[in-house]
Amino acid sequence: MSYFTGLILLLVASAIVNNVVLSQFLGLCPFLGVSKKVETAAGMGGAVIFVITIASFVASLIYKYVLAPTGFEYMQTIVFILVIAALVQFVEMFLKKSVPALYESLGVYLPLITTNCAVLGTAINNVTNNYDILESVINGFGVAVGFTIAIVIMAGIREKIEYNDIPETFKGSAIVLITAGLMAMAFLGFSGVI
Amino acid sequence: MNKNIERLVNGLWKENPTFVLMLGMCPTLAVTTSAINGIGMGLSTTVVLVLSNIMISALRKLIPDRVRMPAFIVVVASFVTIVQFLMQGFTPSLYASLGIYIPLIVVNCIILGRAESYASKNPVIPSLFDGVGMGLGFTVGLTFIGIVREVLGNGSVFDIAIKPLNDYHITLFGLAPGAFIVLGFLVAVMNVVRRKMEAKGRPLPEVQGCLAGDCTTCTLSTACTGKSMVHVKPEEIPVNPKDVAKPVPNTNVEVKHADNQHNTEDVEEAGRASSYADEMLEGKGEDE
Repeated sequence: MSYFTGLILLLVASAIVNNVVLSQFLGLCPFLGVSKKVETAAGMGGAVIFVITIASFVASLIYKYVLAPTGFEYMQTIVFILVIAALVQFVEMFLKKSVPALYESLGVYLPLITTNCAVLGTAINNVTNNYDILESVINGFGVAVGFTIAIVIMAGIREKIEYNDIPETFKGSAIVLITAGLMAMAFLGFSGVI
Repeated sequence: MNKNIERLVNGLWKENPTFVLMLGMCPTLAVTTSAINGIGMGLSTTVVLVLSNIMISALRKLIPDRVRMPAFIVVVASFVTIVQFLMQGFTPSLYASLGIYIPLIVVNCIILGRAESYASKNPVIPSLFDGVGMGLGFTVGLTFIGIVREVLGNGSVFDIAIKPLNDYHITLFGLAPGAFIVLGFLVAVMNVVRRKMEAKGRPLPEVQGCLAGDCTTCTLSTACTGKSMVHVKPEEIPVNPKDVAKPVPNTNVEVKHADNQHNTEDVEEAGRASSYADEMLEGKGEDE
């Protein structure tokens, strides 16, 4: 298996087979909180793709060239969370100044992602699995695409659920969680594909 | 002294982070495949929560207001790293089964939430008890969900097999979908409790965090930026009274509708709806 086949498999694995929300339970907050409308869900997905991909890149860069050579690997949790928080700030400022159109559509979601566990989780996973920098970026991108797929499907279902006759007790987050359970069951079917 | 006991009871019972406030859902879903994992995760979170509460409370006059969130995060992340190493050294099997969720304690809403709403405003001793109460409340919640999932998914409790159940276990409950479904039913049960308590005139505290349906209450959303989502885009936030009020007349109409036409194809649904209506009426009767 060549390096590039490996990369493609990694992308599919991280996006679908090990879906970040439905099998790893990371990024549940936005998944449950911002999935009322497909439009907002897609916006959130876009912001997450943007941030996780960049954060994976920067985090693995810092790990490889700063933490590993100096023997400070054990500082990874502290360093990563601060780097991610700072990075989101920079991304927000940069977008506001240089790409106002993109900021308009993604800007609102950026503060929500600052300490989203999916971002930190992906950065830590990249290090634990000994991915190199390109693999980290691909993995980060795949994870974020997986998140987007999950949240957009969820928003589509929730738009329909609005019109259903749900028992009073299950209204709100209960039915959303059970729907997520059924989605997770569907995604369970992908396990073993790779 | 009384205040300290009040904090303990508050965390364990009145504002239980799992059942009442519904905070920290990522670890709640992820690690509760068995009861022992639930206890392990709960206790490690408790240790971090207590230590960070003490530290933040002790430093509360030194930390400038504007940089408090980054400061809290550094304190919490340091304690998480320490706990991670201790677990790696002394409980390697638990460390292996909790995996990535140990470093992710850093972004657990409960810890930053308590730091922001309690420890940064109160003296050290009450903050300590607040941490112990909240942490143990979280541990109880995780253990409970862990027990439910282990019994259903594996037919055992704390790795001790329960004889008849052992042969009929539903593996799904040990996997990812089971976590969502169990939590969904827990939320539904809590909805009933919530309504009963409200009718008795002792309403429970509001659900916080992600399950509140919007991200305005999430402490983490304001981390570092200090911006609340409320001010960013008001139309994003669902107006709660509207959301709550709208479905109620709808169901009533549909219940009547269904009762009037029993002969149509929706007999089953109508039956469910009317029995549900009866339940509601009974509930009201009891309350009065």
